[in-house]
Amino acid sequence: MFDRRLINYFDWGLLGITLFICVIGLVLLYSAVSVDECPLQASIFYKQVLWYGLGLAIMSFSFIFSYKHLDKWAPVIYIGSMALLASVHLFGKHAGGSTRWLAIGPFTLQPSEPIKIAVIIILARYFAHNVQKTGITFRRLLIPMVLTAIPFFLVATQPDLGTAGTLLLIAGSMALFAKIDRRTLICSVLIIIVAIPIGWKVLEPYQKERVLTLLAPDRDPLGAGYHIRQSKIAVGSGLAFGKGYMQGTQKKLSFLPEQHTDFIFSVLAEEWGFAGSIFLLFMFLLLIAFALNIAHGCRDSFGTILSVGVAAMIFWQVFINMGMVMGLMPVVGMPLPLISYGGSSVFTIFIGIGLLMNVSMRRFTKQ
Amino acid sequence: MTPSKNLHEFFYNVDNDWYKKRLFGIMIAIFVAFGILSARLFYLQIIQGDHYFKMSKNNCIRIQRVKPVRGLIFDRNGKLLVENRPSFDLSIIPCDAKPLKQTIDNLSVYVPEFADEIVEKITKNKIGYGYRPVVLKKDIGRDALAPISAHRFELPGIVIDTNARRNYIYDALSSHLIGYLGEINAGELKSGICKYKEGGDFIGRYGVEKAYDRYLSGIPGGRIVQVNANGQVVKVLDTVAPEPGHNITLTIDFNLQSLAEAQLQDKVGAVVAIDPSTGGILAMASSPTFNQNNFINGISSDQWHRLVSDPNRPMMNKAVQGVYPPASTYKIVTAIAALEEGLIDENTTYYCPGSYQYGNRVFGCWKKQGHGKVNVVEALAQSCDVFFYHVGKKLGVDRLAWYATNCGLGSKTGINLDRESGGLIPTAAWKKKRFGISWQGGENLSIAIGQGYNLVTPLQLAVLFGAVANGGTEFKPQIIRSIQTVEGRIVKIGNKEIIGRLPVSRDTLNLVRKGLREVVHGKHGTAHWYVYDKEIDISGKTGTAQVVSKKTEKDNQNKKNNVSYESHAWFVGYAPTENPEIVVSVMVEHGMHGSSAAGPIAKEMIVSYLRGMVGNSTVMAEK
Repeated sequence: MFDRRLINYFDWGLLGITLFICVIGLVLLYSAVSVDECPLQASIFYKQVLWYGLGLAIMSFSFIFSYKHLDKWAPVIYIGSMALLASVHLFGKHAGGSTRWLAIGPFTLQPSEPIKIAVIIILARYFAHNVQKTGITFRRLLIPMVLTAIPFFLVATQPDLGTAGTLLLIAGSMALFAKIDRRTLICSVLIIIVAIPIGWKVLEPYQKERVLTLLAPDRDPLGAGYHIRQSKIAVGSGLAFGKGYMQGTQKKLSFLPEQHTDFIFSVLAEEWGFAGSIFLLFMFLLLIAFALNIAHGCRDSFGTILSVGVAAMIFWQVFINMGMVMGLMPVVGMPLPLISYGGSSVFTIFIGIGLLMNVSMRRFTKQ
Repeated sequence: MTPSKNLHEFFYNVDNDWYKKRLFGIMIAIFVAFGILSARLFYLQIIQGDHYFKMSKNNCIRIQRVKPVRGLIFDRNGKLLVENRPSFDLSIIPCDAKPLKQTIDNLSVYVPEFADEIVEKITKNKIGYGYRPVVLKKDIGRDALAPISAHRFELPGIVIDTNARRNYIYDALSSHLIGYLGEINAGELKSGICKYKEGGDFIGRYGVEKAYDRYLSGIPGGRIVQVNANGQVVKVLDTVAPEPGHNITLTIDFNLQSLAEAQLQDKVGAVVAIDPSTGGILAMASSPTFNQNNFINGISSDQWHRLVSDPNRPMMNKAVQGVYPPASTYKIVTAIAALEEGLIDENTTYYCPGSYQYGNRVFGCWKKQGHGKVNVVEALAQSCDVFFYHVGKKLGVDRLAWYATNCGLGSKTGINLDRESGGLIPTAAWKKKRFGISWQGGENLSIAIGQGYNLVTPLQLAVLFGAVANGGTEFKPQIIRSIQTVEGRIVKIGNKEIIGRLPVSRDTLNLVRKGLREVVHGKHGTAHWYVYDKEIDISGKTGTAQVVSKKTEKDNQNKKNNVSYESHAWFVGYAPTENPEIVVSVMVEHGMHGSSAAGPIAKEMIVSYLRGMVGNSTVMAEK
C-alpha cells in the first residue's frame, strides 16, 4: 500500500514550519509556566513535549494511508466521532463549569477538538460530490447544514462556545470555497438577519447577559473584562522588541489565569515585543499558505476541499485566539494552534497537518 | 462522450483553474485578516506601547472583591435580632510587604498582643510573593486598629479590611431557630451550591441562617483598582456594586421567645408556641442552648467538643429534632379514633378500679385508687388510663395508627429547619419488620396511652393541638413572616399552608375539646391546680412519659442513681378555648409530672401572651 516513491514527494517545507512553530511553543511555554518553582508547573512543560511526540506519531500514521480512502470512510469516521462526543454528555468529566472531558485511563481527552477533523472530512466528501461552477443551491446545502449542526449543538451544550463557533466558521469557509449559488447566499444572509432578533427574544435573561458579555467584555469587568485589560497591558507593554525572554512582568504575576493555554500569545508579545509577535504571525501565515498551496496543487476535488478545510481550521483558531488576546474578539475558550498547552488541541492540529502532507505527497499519483 | 455531457462538463464541472481562482480569493482574505492582526499589534505595542508599559511596570491593576452585606433578621414585630457589625481584619500583601521581615517586626511592635499568632501564620503559610492578600488576624478590635493605622507608612503591604461580621444581638436568643454561620469549607466550595461564595466567606450552618442562606447572602461585587507601590489603592477603575442580602422577618415574638427561654432555664426540654390560625411559630426554645456569637470567629475545638459531648445535647433543637413518647397527650388521638369508629360515644363509661387485668398482666392506672366510672370527657380530663386501655384493646394498633398518621404524627411537619424528626407511629407490620416479632395484644393497651413505640416531637404535638384548637385544620409550621429586599420590596411572604385535616367529625372534635377544657377547668382535671387561670380560658392536656418501665424506675430511685430515669413531662394546650390565638407545647425532659413541670411554663406563656403584655408592648415600644 505504501509506495516508496512517495518519500520523494514528501513535503519537507510543511514539516519544517510545523516543527519550528512547535519549538517556539515550547520556548514560550517554558517561560509561561516558570512563574514559581512549582513542580506542577514544570510537569506541564514535559507533558507538552510528550503531546508533541505523540502528535508526530499520530501525524505519521495519518499519511500512511492515502487520503483518497477517507472519502469512503468519512461517514464511519463522522458517526464514530459523534458517538464519542455524545458520550461526553453521558460520562464526561465535569470541570470548571462545563463537561468537556472524557477520562481515558490516566489521560483526559477533549473530543470536541478532534471532532473538527471529522467534520472537515465529511464536508469535504459532500462538497466534492456536489461542487459545480454555478454554485451549490439551497436544497443541496441542507445536508451539510445538518452535518454541522449536530456536532455544533453537542459541543455548544457542553458548553464550549469557542469550539462550537469554530465548527461553524470552518463549515462556512468550506461551503464558501465550494461556492454557494448567489441567490442561496443572499437568502441565507437574509434568514440570518431575520433569525437573530427572533432568537434573541427566545433567550433567557441570563443567557442574554452571557452573550452580551461575550460581545462586550466591559459588561463583566471582574471576569472577562479583567482578563482583556490585563492581556492588553501584557501585549502593549512588549513595545517593539519586548522585555526579554523570561522577563515578562505581567506574566510573572499570573494576572492571567490561562497564560499557558489560551492566553499564551500574551507571553510572547510581552517578552518578544512587536518583532516577535509579527514573526509568529508570519510563521502562521506561511503555514496557511503552504496548506492552500497544497490545495492548489491537488488534482481532485476531495483533496482540494479537505486541504482548504484544514487551512480554515488553523486560520480561524489563530485569528480568534490572537484577536482575543489583543482585545479585538470576545473571550472564548480557543487554543492557539501548536502553541497553547493541551494534548487534544495539539493532536488535532497534527492530524490536520498529517492530512495536508498526505494530500501533498500524492499530488502526482493517480487513484 | 456525448455532446450533451461535454456541455454539462463545460458549464458545471469544476476544473483546476476554477479552484485556483477561488484559492486566490481565499488567500487575499487571509492576508487581510493577518493585516488586521498586525495593525492591532502595531497599535498596542508601538503607538500605545508606552502607556501599557507604564501600567505593567507598576503592576498596578488589581481586582478586589466587595463582599455583600448579609441580610438582617427581625422578629415578627420588627425588632432587630441579628445584625452585622464592623470587624477589622489584618492582612498582608506579600509582594508589597518589602522587606517582609522588617514589616513583620514593626507589626509585632505595634500590636504585641497578636505578635505570636502573626509570626506563626506567616511561617506556616510560607508566604511567597503573590499579590493576593493573606489574612493574618481577623477581628483585631478597635484597640489594635489605632496603632496600625497610625503607623501604616512603616507597614508597607499591610492592609486592614473592614468586613461585616455577624452579630447576634441577644446572646443565645433563639439560637436553635436562627442558627449560626460558619466559614465555607472546601467541599462546599467545590460542590458549587453557592456560586457566589469563595474561600473565607460565611455560610449558614444551622437554623434560618442555613435554610434561607441564599436569600440572606446577597451577591458580591468587585472593584478594578490601580494601586501604588505600597499596595494602596490610588484609583478605582471600575466598580460593580454588591447586591446586599435580603432581610428576613421571622414569625417569632421576641418577648414570648425570651419568656420561653427564661422558663426553660436550668431545665432540659423544649417549648413551641404556634398561632393556630396560621401555623406561624411564635416562639421556639430548646434547652440547654448555646451562644451563636461563639461561632463567629471560629469556635475552638475544645468549645465545640464540649458542646457536642454534653449529655443534654445543647446543639440539638429539641422542638423539632427531639422525639419523645407522647404519653397521655396521645389520648386525644385514641379518643378521636374510638369516637370516629363508633366504639364509644359520649355516654359510654368504663369503671376504673386503678388497674386493668389483661391476660396475666396487670396494667395500672396512674391513680392507684382508681377514677371510678368515667366517660370519655372525664377520662381525658383526669387522664384515666384504664378507660383508654379498654378502648385501645378494641381499636387495635393499625386502626389507631391510621388515625395518628392522619393527625400528622409519624411524619415531618415540613418546617424549613434542618434535621426535623418525623417521630414514629408503630403498626403491626412495622414491628414485624423491625424486630421480627409479631404485635402482642398487650401492646395495644400501652400505645393507647401513648407509651410503647410511639415517638413524637414537641412541634408535631403543637401542630396537632393547633388543629384541635382551630376546628381541624393542620397548618404547616412557618418560621418566616416575610423576606424583603433592603429597599423593603417583599420577595416572599410566609403564607399559611394546609398540610392536612384531622379525621374527625364536628361532634367528635367538640367532645375532645370539652375534655381538654376539663383538664384545666374540672376540679379533678390533671392540670387544674397548675394551669387554671381565672381570666383566661385555657385548654390542654398533660402527659407524663415513662422513660423506662415503672419497675426499673423504682429500682433506680432506690439506688439514688442519676436523674435520667425519671419521666418526661408534657403539657400541650391552647387558649382562649373559643377562638384560640396560641398553642403551646412544652416538654421537660425528666420533669417528673406533666402537670407540675410543664403546665406552669405553658400557663405563663399563654397568660402573658394573651394579656397583651407580650405582643403589644413591643409594638408600642417600636413606635
